[in-house]
Amino acid sequence: MNNPYRPYPVKISKTLVETEDKQLKSFWLDFLEPADAQAFQYTPGQFAELSVAGYGEIPIGIASSPTEGDTLLFTVNKVGVVSNRLHQMNQGDVMGVRGPLGNSYPLKEMEGKNVVIVAGGFAVTTLRSTVTWLLHPDHRSKYGDITFIYGARTPGLLLYEDQWREWQKRDDINCAVTIDREAEGWDGLVGFVPSVCEEVAPKPDNAVALICGPPVMIRFTQPVFDKLGWQSEQIIMSLENRMKCGIGICGRCNVGPEYVCKDGPVFSKAQLDALPAEY
Amino acid sequence: MSDKILKKDQAASFLAELAQKRDLHAPALAGGRLVWAPLEPGQEPLWQFNNTALSPKEFFFPQTECMMRFTNAQDHEEGMVMHSEPELARERALVNMRPCDAKAFGVLDLIFCQDEMTDDPYWRDKREKSLIIALACNDPCPTCFCTSMNCGPHSEAGADVLLIDLGDKLLAKGVSDQGEAAIAALPAATDDDLAAAAEAKQMAEAAIITTVEMDQINERGLMELYEAGHWDRTQESCLNCGTCTFCCPTCHCFDIQDETQGPAGRRVRNWDYCMSYLFTLHGSGHNPRGSKKDRVRQRFMHKFKYIPVKRGGEIGCVGCGRCVQLCPVNIDVREVVRDMNA
Repeated sequence: MNNPYRPYPVKISKTLVETEDKQLKSFWLDFLEPADAQAFQYTPGQFAELSVAGYGEIPIGIASSPTEGDTLLFTVNKVGVVSNRLHQMNQGDVMGVRGPLGNSYPLKEMEGKNVVIVAGGFAVTTLRSTVTWLLHPDHRSKYGDITFIYGARTPGLLLYEDQWREWQKRDDINCAVTIDREAEGWDGLVGFVPSVCEEVAPKPDNAVALICGPPVMIRFTQPVFDKLGWQSEQIIMSLENRMKCGIGICGRCNVGPEYVCKDGPVFSKAQLDALPAEY
Repeated sequence: MSDKILKKDQAASFLAELAQKRDLHAPALAGGRLVWAPLEPGQEPLWQFNNTALSPKEFFFPQTECMMRFTNAQDHEEGMVMHSEPELARERALVNMRPCDAKAFGVLDLIFCQDEMTDDPYWRDKREKSLIIALACNDPCPTCFCTSMNCGPHSEAGADVLLIDLGDKLLAKGVSDQGEAAIAALPAATDDDLAAAAEAKQMAEAAIITTVEMDQINERGLMELYEAGHWDRTQESCLNCGTCTFCCPTCHCFDIQDETQGPAGRRVRNWDYCMSYLFTLHGSGHNPRGSKKDRVRQRFMHKFKYIPVKRGGEIGCVGCGRCVQLCPVNIDVREVVRDMNA
């Protein structure tokens, strides 16, 4: 019998401390068994349980795109037992991955539309996956204009600098990266994500917005989109809740009748408006 | 469906036959408490009892269950790899399970085995290897309200065989194919037996003295029920102790934890409960159900609205009344349902 609780064994092929506060560390993972890599077919927006024997599991969004090959990328914030242990682990160490779990961004439904992606802080992970996927030559032509707005408090807290610097050089994506306050050596945008959104003023016509960030960013970004005429059906968000099983049984991540782990993590704003705000 | 007769003085030998390939368990008195205990072949089970204090969910969903094992050696590759636990070695027969409990496991099947992705192997293995011989209730308790919860004292749902006590004999109804096979060799019931069983059913249903309505709960939108004013009152006396969740046959929340001792490591799952602050606490310190009211409301909304919405109208409660009997502050689920439905 297939056991959805059994993690696939993987080896850490590379790590990188992403931020100046050393809170966020990226892990590139390779499957030990080629068959497991085959079985792990994912789509941007999905997550996986990172499993460290003796410590436990944590649900983390997949930051790599399936267009990048079999290596998986996860960026982990150091907050608890498992994430602290993970931060001590290094290249060559063996751990487990269980997934892919949850639904994904509605990439199919988004075809033919303009795509606006708004990310704040480390919520950018599955959006890195999405942008990478959208920009792939097999997919790019199926979508209209792509706008990527990404902010963090300081330049040192921005993730994936190599990627977004590349994206800024391209002419098929409008890439606005901002920091909260002026900082030495920073020649990019300065300002909170909501005000950058106001300046960029993405049009709602034939468009979809993917918005992920801390609650405070969401709270102030929402009115900007409302003012620009966006409808809640056009706004797609990704939730986080505490999880264990990851497959819709264990009972803790639910928002009303919907399980974030199985029915989500991706929901439209319209769906969330009809549910208790238990996230 | 076949209706057979099992004389009580022949029950022990009938069960001994089953015991050749199955372990038998049945309700028994132990230290003045009614518990589930192994039934020795040749032993006659209890026929007169109310119900066990705890539900028999332990048979399918143990309070602590080892899911996987690993060698606790982080410097060595094999050390970190999880190995599944072996499946249940021997099949079982659970004898004289009350119909409410049998029904509860039918509801839980819809949650543990939803689809290809969500198909819990630990639950499925034990379910598939268990024959449930239910015993209809002829004398329900004052706390029973099964007839209001898609269930009843003679409900067949979730059982393989339903026994109905007719005095010195039992009417045995084969409900599933497995159940039919188990009673195939028994003599057929007569029309008189069937009439006696029908009368027993009628009397048992009439003896359920409390009922609750669900019509408004089904009718109303989710947010209307969620924002109702009575939750402030409902939650007041609750201690968040979790007794209701532990005795409940349909409560199924669990936690997964790793345990290590020397070179041995295992990943276990334990019963968990939505009344706990930790249950939903984020790593960041944020808690989506941070208040007692949030957690109390979650339990009742889950049973009476979320599960019905998600699982085709099935209710996450079978009316067994255990939580009514055991709640230390006398929260009565029937009163809560009435408030929700008011």
